[in-house]
Amino acid sequence: MTAAADLADDLHAAALRRDQWLERAGLAGLAAPALLLVAVTMIVPVGWLFGLSFLDDAGAPSLEHYRRMLAEPSYGRTFRTTFEISFVTTLICILLGYPLAYFLSQLPRRAANLCMIAVLLPFWTSLLVRTYAWLVLLQRSGLINSWGIKLGLWSEPLQLVHNVGGTLIGMVHIMLPFMVLPLYGTMRGIDGNLLRAAASLGSTPVHGFWTVFFPLSLPGLAAGSALVFVLCLGFYVTPAMLGGGKVTMVSNRIANDIELFFNWGAASALGVVLLAITLVVLVLAARLSRGTGLFGAGH
Amino acid sequence: MRGADDQSRPRDAAVAAAASETALPITIRRLSKAYGAVPVLNEIDLDVRPGEFLTLLGPSGSGKTTLLMAIAGFLRPDSGSIRFGEREVVRLAPHRREIGMVFQNYALFPHMDVARNVGFPLRLRRVPANEIARRVEAALEMFQLGGFGGRGIDQLSGGQRQRVALARAIVFEPRIILMDEPLSALDKQLRERMQIELRQLHERLGTTTVYVTHDQREALTMSDRIAILDKGRIARIDTPRAIYDEPGSRFVAEFIGESSFLDAEILDGECRAAGSIVRARHMPASAGPCTLALRPERLRLLGPGEGEEMNVFEARVTGAIYQGDTLLLQAVLGDGSPITLRQTTRSGEVAMPAIGAPVRIGIAIADTVLLAGDAEGAP
Repeated sequence: MTAAADLADDLHAAALRRDQWLERAGLAGLAAPALLLVAVTMIVPVGWLFGLSFLDDAGAPSLEHYRRMLAEPSYGRTFRTTFEISFVTTLICILLGYPLAYFLSQLPRRAANLCMIAVLLPFWTSLLVRTYAWLVLLQRSGLINSWGIKLGLWSEPLQLVHNVGGTLIGMVHIMLPFMVLPLYGTMRGIDGNLLRAAASLGSTPVHGFWTVFFPLSLPGLAAGSALVFVLCLGFYVTPAMLGGGKVTMVSNRIANDIELFFNWGAASALGVVLLAITLVVLVLAARLSRGTGLFGAGH
Repeated sequence: MRGADDQSRPRDAAVAAAASETALPITIRRLSKAYGAVPVLNEIDLDVRPGEFLTLLGPSGSGKTTLLMAIAGFLRPDSGSIRFGEREVVRLAPHRREIGMVFQNYALFPHMDVARNVGFPLRLRRVPANEIARRVEAALEMFQLGGFGGRGIDQLSGGQRQRVALARAIVFEPRIILMDEPLSALDKQLRERMQIELRQLHERLGTTTVYVTHDQREALTMSDRIAILDKGRIARIDTPRAIYDEPGSRFVAEFIGESSFLDAEILDGECRAAGSIVRARHMPASAGPCTLALRPERLRLLGPGEGEEMNVFEARVTGAIYQGDTLLLQAVLGDGSPITLRQTTRSGEVAMPAIGAPVRIGIAIADTVLLAGDAEGAP
């Protein structure tokens, strides 16, 4: 082995390392525009609001907004309403979505894909349009009331909208696909032979469902529930329109603080608290549904 | 291997006697299932004897898995009857059939540990907890998995998973065991070891077993009898030896083992193939075209002067491949038909013949198989 040959080996090693570095840099470059966009539209404004929330009306650093949130009972009510609406919406989505996802997962793949289009159809329509559609159906002179009275089912128009009930109807409709999609994905992944094995070992279909299928579908249920719950927490359009001012969720309150009271500090503080709660829920859900790949890499 | 009576597999007489009392026969009559216009099971008649290890063998799409699923109750046939012993089960739900089933991909419950998997059928049968623990451990011991009860399924190797699946299928002492290609996911070495283990397990338990595979060697290794399925019908059912030695049809001869097929013709009670007169153990009764099926390992390279009481072919070597345990020799006969010969390699015994060299190839008359119909497979 000569010194010249050693040197040549070293040169190759350096060149190969550089090639690898260039390749990685090239790949990272592909993500750069998206990262930049997120930084400009998300991190900077949220950081700005975060800062604002710690300034009082005169611009001096203070915890005034947070203190008021604790002291003022109406804030507590808003948060409670937000959680209640989100919780009930999630619950109804589970009750409607689980059987639907189960049905879809048992269909042959082609038929399931067709049905999936029906589930996803709402995604292709604007949120605003769908919410207005519910107004058309549910209002005092709406389709349901006028038909119900014509058919003699009830005589006075029912109060179907501009209340909690109307808000829930609209939110469940909009959130249902977010429940069905992760559930369906998880259920599709459950090996049909597991249920056959349970049956061959003596388990009735109902017992097999509860001891085998349901436990294995839990990660999807956790993921879907977390998704729906978190989206509900920050929901604005539907409660604003179908709630008729009677349902005040955190996002409505934020809008009020800015549009009516021009109080950016108070709105920011609400936003920060909502963001923190949302993150906590997501972390909990990620723990529960570990390994499903729905919240980043599983194992 | 050859020369021994293949009915006398080593089996403890007392165990076998005990088994035959509890083992159930399966009687299948005119079982049919069609998907649209395509029949998957075509009026199947099958008798599985009590305590027998019967293998359903066939190419994919032959209906072997469909038949097994019908026996298990996971597939509703269009018509026909399935009886376990005296009991008609064709309409019985799977969970009431009391069968132990082993699946191709193990089908172990991933959210339960090994002990809970194996104990699953016992918990369903409301066996007291301490007895469940005892029987689970005993079943695990049986498969060299003692002390594995607390392990998660994802901590096990493929072979261990297969053993857990077996333990789970037998722990509740079912009177019928069904297995759907249970070894196909294992590597070759492990598969061959498990074949022997399964065979020994069956000898110990004596439970009526129906086994599905597409691997003819596996079927030969394990079975008391093999049922060969073709297009939803049973093409042949017999002992491994009978099927290998007397395939009876081109389809069976092609499917089980290797063969070289030669066109032959019967005229005036004599059979001619590739220019030679050929004698076989069984001659087809009718004159006309027929097929000569020659197993590569039954053919021999003949030295000068050898070949008395044998069928002898003159051939020219086209290829010789050394495969370690065997030497694979390819040759063509005078009429151009290819023929394959396999010879065990003992040092110094076989010289590699040169390509193009003329050789004489012989086969004992008892090993020569004549099949009715021409070599294209038409009857």
